[in-house]
This record gives sequence, C-alpha cells and structure tokens, in this order.
Amino acid sequence: MRQLPIIFKREFSSFFATPLAYVFLLIFLVLSSVFTFYLGGFYESGQANLNPFFNFHPWLYLFLVPALAMRMWAEERKSGTIELLMTLPITRFESVVGKFLAAWVFAGIALLLTFPMVLTVNYLGDPDNGAILTGYVGSWLLAGAYLSVGSCMSALAKNQVIAFILTVSVCFVFVVSGFPLVLDAFNGWAPQWLLDAVASFSFLTRFQAISKGVIDARDLLYFLSFIAAWLMATAVMIDLKKAE
Amino acid sequence: MIKVTHLTKRFVQKVAVDDLSFTIEPGEVVGFLGPNGAGKSTTMKMLTGFLPPCEGKVSICGFDIGKQTLQAQRQIGYLPEGAPCYGDMTVAEFLHFIGQIRGYRGQELKQRIARAIALVELQQVVEQTIDTLSKGFKRRVGLAQAVLHDPKVLILDEPTDGLDPNQKHQVRKLIKSLAVNRIVIISTHILEEVSALCTRAMVISHGRLLVDETPYELQSRSRYHQAVTILAEQPVDRSLLQALPGVAGIEDNPLDGSITVLAEAGQVIFPVVNQLIHAQGWQVRELEVERGRLDEVFRSLTRGDAA
Ligand SMILES: Nc1ncnc2c1ncn2[C@@H]1O[C@H](COP(=O)(O)OP(=O)(O)OP(=O)(O)O)[C@@H](O)[C@H]1O
Ligand SMILES: [Mg+2]
Repeated sequence: MRQLPIIFKREFSSFFATPLAYVFLLIFLVLSSVFTFYLGGFYESGQANLNPFFNFHPWLYLFLVPALAMRMWAEERKSGTIELLMTLPITRFESVVGKFLAAWVFAGIALLLTFPMVLTVNYLGDPDNGAILTGYVGSWLLAGAYLSVGSCMSALAKNQVIAFILTVSVCFVFVVSGFPLVLDAFNGWAPQWLLDAVASFSFLTRFQAISKGVIDARDLLYFLSFIAAWLMATAVMIDLKKAE
Repeated sequence: MIKVTHLTKRFVQKVAVDDLSFTIEPGEVVGFLGPNGAGKSTTMKMLTGFLPPCEGKVSICGFDIGKQTLQAQRQIGYLPEGAPCYGDMTVAEFLHFIGQIRGYRGQELKQRIARAIALVELQQVVEQTIDTLSKGFKRRVGLAQAVLHDPKVLILDEPTDGLDPNQKHQVRKLIKSLAVNRIVIISTHILEEVSALCTRAMVISHGRLLVDETPYELQSRSRYHQAVTILAEQPVDRSLLQALPGVAGIEDNPLDGSITVLAEAGQVIFPVVNQLIHAQGWQVRELEVERGRLDEVFRSLTRGDAA
C-alpha cells in the first residue's frame, strides 16, 4: 500500500504532461454547459435545480471518460514500460488501483470545475443544495464506473482506439439497460425479476436515484462493487495480456 | 544466489525456453549468447518475475519469484530489452519515481539519484524529457534506473546496444565495478563483450542451453585456438611449418598476406613456431597467438539454428 501514492502521483502528473488533460477539461466544461443551457432547457424549466445538468452526464461521460481511460494500460503495453512497472516491487493492487484513482481524481477535478453552475442556480433561485451535492457524488461515482470499465478495456487492447471503442460499447450497454425503451422491450413477456435485474444493472437507474437527493447504501454499494469487479478484471487481463 | 530449475516457457506457436537449469553465485558475470529468437529475453523476463514460467522454478537470493515475488524483485535491478522508460517524464523525474518505488525518501533518495546519474554520465540531460533523448541516452537512463538501489542481482538485456564506443567502455567498466559480490546477467550480440566482461558464458539456442563455461573455454573450442599468425617480410617455407609437431594446417589471409598456422586440439605450437622462425632467420614483422575466434565458435554451435 505504501507504493500506491507514488503510482498515483506519476499517473496523475502524466495527464498534465500532454495537452490531453487541458483539452479534456475544456471539452467537458463546454459540453456540459452547452447540454445544460441549450439542450436541457435550463432557463425554460423555470426551476432552480441542476437536473438538466446531471441528466446529461451519463451521455457526456459515454464519450469523454473512455478517452480519459484508454491510455491507462494500452500505453504501458505499447511502449513496453509495463515490463518495467511489473518488475518493480509493487503489487498488482497498487498499480491497478493507483492508476485508476489518478484518473478518477482527475475526473473529480473536472466535475468540481463546474461549480459556476451551482453558483448560477443559487443566484437564480433557491435550489435544494443537498440534492446538488448528491448529484455531484452520483456523477463522480458514475465517472468511476465508466473509468473502471475503461481500465479493463485498456488492459485488454494494446491499441488505444480499440480500447476506446470497447469501453464506449460496454458502458453504452450498462446505460441503456435502464432506459425505458429497453425495459419496455422486456415488458410483457419477461418475468418481473428479470426486468428488475436488468434495471438494477443500469447506471441510469442508480444514478437518477442518487441525484434525486438520497444516497441509498445499496446504490453506493452498487457503484463501488461495480468498480471493484472491473478493476479485478483489469488485473486478470494484465496478466493474460502483458506478454504480447 | 540464483537458482533456476527446469525453466520452460511455451508460447502458442513455439517453445521459447526449453528446460533451462543453472545456478549463479555472487561474483559471477554471466553472458547470455544466442541467435535472435533464442530465448534470452524470455528467460530474463521469467527471472525478473514479469512472465510466469510454464514449468520450472526461479529462486533469487532464496526468494521464489513466483511466490515471494516482491521480495525477489527488491533484489533485482532490471534493464528490459529496448530500455523502456516513461517518455513523458524528465530524467530526474523518472529516477525520482523509481527511487521512491524502491523505498527511498529525502536525502538518501537525492544521493542515490545523484550517484546513478554520475555512474552512467547523465548529467547533461537530467532536465530533458526522456522522449527527446537519443537512443544511447535512453539506454543509459534505463541503466541508471537498474542500478539505483545497488541491487544484489543485476539483469541487463543488451545493455550496450546503441551506445557509442566511449559509453560501451564506460558501461563495461560500470558492470565490472558492480560485479563484486553481486550477480550480473547480461545478454549481448557483441561477442568480444563476453570475453571482456563475463566470467561465464551461456550459449542459448532454440531455448536450450548449449554451452555453459568460461569465455576462455568457449574460445578454446575455436579451430583458431592457439593458432599463430605470421606476417613475414618474404614468403616462408610452408612445408617446414607444416612438419612441426602439433600443427594442424596453414591458412592464408589474403588481406595482408599473412599466414595462420593452426594448432591441433590441445596443442600449444607457439614455442616451436617461434624456434623455427629464429632457426630459419625469417624476417617477421608481426607474430600473434590467438585465443580463438568467438564468432566462429558461435556460428558452429548455433549453425542452422537461426530462429
Ligand atoms: N509474447 C510472445 N508470444 C509469442 N511468442 C513470443 C512472445 N515473446 C517471445 N516469443 C518468441 O519466443 C522466442 C524467443 O524470444 P526472445 O525475445 O526471448 O529471443 P531473444 O533471444 O531475446 O532474441 P533477440 O536476440 O532477438 O533479442 C522468439 O521466437 C519469439 O518470437
Ligand atoms: Mg532479446
């Protein structure tokens, strides 16, 4: 565990070694504003809350977060540094979690930079700041879930573009599994338990529940165990693929 | 001590390392020789715990690399093939990172980094991004990283590849100075490096250990072992040379007009050749005894084995 902060630091600063970090932050901030103010009908809704802002996050993340995650392991394998990393005295846990946390904290910073949004709604009206806070927590958990998938796909594919596409695809499945359209397709013929199971696997259902202002322990547990499971898969994938 | 028993690695299409067993004691400098694809790097990857072997065991200073991986890896300094480093970092940042991972902090960390930088002469590029370094400097960064913690076991995959002659010399000196009471394993395609550096040469081909002996013994396998090359002012009487005891034959070297008198296996012919030269009063400009030609030994050992 002593080495985890060192891995974290290296990984975190590597984001800023290239323009990638700044481009990511810029795109994230611009898109989240565009989505909120133009497409989300922020002003028209006449309500002082950030629902339009958070509602777009699952979709916004679908393309942005995989871009953040795709380098994580693919780059190590491509440049051969994975051989260096895996022969240093660090555990698999430290390297996988250290790298993941670096990306997750980075995503958290991107999220925090949207605070003018909070100021704006507080200026315009009298919003439920508790719900805004849980919205942020939920959004960060959601980003973590996407990142954990991205970490695994990045370990699977040496090519970053392929890692990106795989991550988008897998995350898409987890988003839409809670979509009314998808659930309707099951409705009528599938037993209720299956319907519930599909819905319960969805990011969307969980995320919406959290961003309504209540953090249910089960939702929290869902995201955390989702992340843990994908990180374990990452470790397995590294061992399978590192030689290639 | 390194103890390797029945080490085997199979990839989907082929066997890369085939039942290797050997023991290396502190103070030994071992050179892995072998054609491309012989399995040298794959062996090193298993020694350092990067690849799990299909069969067999590796023990580093008493630690099983498969079971006590971290303890074993703490004993090892490793330069992987191609010397991969984090290209987005500067040399200083990179060595700082490695030093921290190796558990150093504060003053000791600084001293270790400074020492490593001095050992491989990286002073002029310390603040440069690794991606922008020339090939030789990158390799030196990889070396600095490997020696930073003064490891008991140093495993270097082609350490002098891409270095200029001065640096080759420097790195060989470095390896020699580090070898005292430590174990060094290098792989190389430069045969003279083995006689200059190693106490032991292992020739690997198709994943199998063909020869494990001292570089001198390896040289002795050459048909040029104990051969005497004569560059004379005027043509000499070959039949006299041919008639000497222990002489196996005579070869011409058309390049400089010299002749090489080959010795029969186990025979030393220099004294008799020398006597003959004096007795006949031949004007000899150059006279040289050979230990043997490693490239010729290498070829005959691994002939047709190129993978
Ligand atoms: N990940 C892998 N998958 C499949 N085959 C591999 C893999 N790694 C190595 N090999 C094969 O194993 C054999 C040994 O390779 P290795 O890299 O150990 O050779 P080497 O002796 O280091 O050669 P060189 O002198 O060219 O560096 C080669 O035939 C290589 O193609
Ligand atoms: Mg090699």
